[in-house]
Amino acid sequence: MSDKKADAVEEPNTGQQKVEAEAVERRTSKSELLKYYEDMLLIRRFEEKAGQLYGMGLIAGFCHLYIGQEAVVVGMQGAIEEGDQVITGYRDHGHMLACGMDPKGVMAELTGRKDGYSKGKGGSMHMFSRDKQFFGGHGIVGAQVPIGAGLAFANRYKENDRVSLTYFGDGAANQGQVYEAFNMAELWALPVVFIIENNQYAMGTSVKRASSEVHLHKRGASFAIPGEEVDGMDVLAVRDAGRRAVYDARRGEGPTILEMKTYRYRGHSMSDPAKYRTREEVQGVREKSDPIEHAKRMLLAADWASEDELKELDKSVKAVCQEAAQFSQDSPEPDPEELYTDVLAEA
Amino acid sequence: MPAMTMVQSLNAAIDEALAGNDKVVAFGEDVGYFGGVFGVTRGLQEKYGLDRVFDAPINEAAIVAMGMGMAVNGLRPIAEIQFADYIFPGFDQVVSELSRIRYRSAGQYTAPLVIRTPCGGGIYGGQTHSMSPEAFFTHIPGVKVAMPSNPYDAKGMLLAAVEDDDPVIFFEPKRLYNGPFDGDPHKPATSWARHPRGEVPEGAYTVPLGVGEIVRPGSEVTVVAYGTMVHVANYAAEKTGVDAEVIDLRTLVPWDVDMVTASVKKTGRCVVLHEAPRTSGFGAELAAQIQEDCFYSLEAPVLRVTGWDTPYPHAHEWSYFPGPDRVGRALKQVMEG
Ligand SMILES: Cc1ncc(C[n+]2csc(CCOP(=O)(O)OP(=O)(O)O)c2C)c(N)n1
Ligand SMILES: [Mg+2]
Repeated sequence: MSDKKADAVEEPNTGQQKVEAEAVERRTSKSELLKYYEDMLLIRRFEEKAGQLYGMGLIAGFCHLYIGQEAVVVGMQGAIEEGDQVITGYRDHGHMLACGMDPKGVMAELTGRKDGYSKGKGGSMHMFSRDKQFFGGHGIVGAQVPIGAGLAFANRYKENDRVSLTYFGDGAANQGQVYEAFNMAELWALPVVFIIENNQYAMGTSVKRASSEVHLHKRGASFAIPGEEVDGMDVLAVRDAGRRAVYDARRGEGPTILEMKTYRYRGHSMSDPAKYRTREEVQGVREKSDPIEHAKRMLLAADWASEDELKELDKSVKAVCQEAAQFSQDSPEPDPEELYTDVLAEA
Repeated sequence: MPAMTMVQSLNAAIDEALAGNDKVVAFGEDVGYFGGVFGVTRGLQEKYGLDRVFDAPINEAAIVAMGMGMAVNGLRPIAEIQFADYIFPGFDQVVSELSRIRYRSAGQYTAPLVIRTPCGGGIYGGQTHSMSPEAFFTHIPGVKVAMPSNPYDAKGMLLAAVEDDDPVIFFEPKRLYNGPFDGDPHKPATSWARHPRGEVPEGAYTVPLGVGEIVRPGSEVTVVAYGTMVHVANYAAEKTGVDAEVIDLRTLVPWDVDMVTASVKKTGRCVVLHEAPRTSGFGAELAAQIQEDCFYSLEAPVLRVTGWDTPYPHAHEWSYFPGPDRVGRALKQVMEG
């Protein structure tokens, strides 16, 4: 009797599970999803660690955490090839990690040390890696957008088939130079993908208080640039939209605008108490649409990982971040003389 | 008189301006609903409504230019550029339009726009959040440039700027917002409540633009400073025991040439200070004018103590910042020269 009851309860569940598993299998593979999961987790844990170091006074000044938006950069990274290029604003730690830059070098730049990617001269907002074709890290809102189009111009000129991903925020999307870049990018069919990370706030100002057209993917319409709204909390949806846009860009069809609907969980920067929105709003997004939890559910549904295996993975990711944190404290400050180098080429 | 921080006294000034003249509006990024990232406009949208205190999108070019359009057409706008480092998208509008409208229209039109903007380092902001770009603006004929060093002056000068019929770029040293800062980052922060210029009268009053102030009388050397460097100068004088006369310039365009030259003629020595890089900084203008006017009274070359000719670094902020040790060394050097 009791056996029978258990069967009756279990059967529809198994059926449901099977449907879910198949849905996941249609969209991705085990190795791919595990990699996305790990990459997103690395960003999350890295940012949490950076937040801790900030709280301990080891990181000073500005520090803009990417927590909540991980699926955007990880999904887009899944859409490009080695040698493609990335440029973004100041909320850049996630982009750098997704590009494969070393967490140690990133963290050491946050602490302003010699082994940071900019030898301590740049800080959180200003880091670069020629090796990984990462072009920064820009503190001036919107400045990176025409620069990203310029990267694309050079790629087309060199006929090297490279695409540049140009990221900016919903707030940056109002800067005039963004539209100058849109026009030129479409006019010259440049291989660039414009990615608007719409996390719904520009500092303390919500999109609707600053934008007459809140559907930011439509912002290219008058330049004949196609735009798409994407669930930026779903790494696979991001990857898919990214692949379409990158494909078009690479074969000379010009730019696409991808509006990633996403959310930042933390304040604008570490010093922002985020009084312009409610706790409930933040909590609601975390509970309903967290990108990492979403990937985890897919992994479990497809039976590609067990809870225990994911816990192990989390441990190893945390260890990487801990190591980066230690490194960023052990690395010495740059020599003061270093401050006077790299202003111009040395004579 | 109530003690106020500089944030509070600026808030009080904008409040007075809004209350006193319905042509005054205040706007900028995060200025309305949020009350400004440093809180300078806090509470004013609630008090004066969305039409008079409002948020702008992140559009420095249009903030400057729309402010000019409003001003030319009869309003008295107070625009905020969130950090001075962000003003450059609007720089073209300042240079090519705002500064020239009076000249270009032979005085038919003027643009009484005030652009408030926090400047300077000392908060580990790195290269895009620490600049002191005043010299870019002092080089433009047709705009006034001001930078207060304390809450009392901040309120009076801001009200004078709003009354002024010409455009004023109003720099607010952010390191002074919540307390005086003498350049030693290792000392505990002090509060404006214990500073004589933290006393701010209620109601409207003005501190005229173009007039400096001798904040520390002395006989041996004249130190010309503005903004945060005024406090550094006082501290350096105290530490070295050099009997320095410290002048707070307060306004850079037009600057108080008479006050400075009278002092230099008296002391025979002069050191000029600013946080901005040295080359083509405002100190170059000061030094040049001082030697023209005071050459025969000078006992030593006019010295400059400034930021380095590099972007503001993230690491070693205090090596870049021209703190009391560097100023003190210059005081001693000029005494020997
Ligand atoms: C030219 C310029 N103006 C203003 C700022 C100040 N600022 C920094 S970030 C920011 C909000 C940008 O929001 P958004 O583009 O949505 O990016 P998010 O912070 O949400 O990632 C503002 C106003 C700046 N850095 N540069
Ligand atoms: Mg945003």
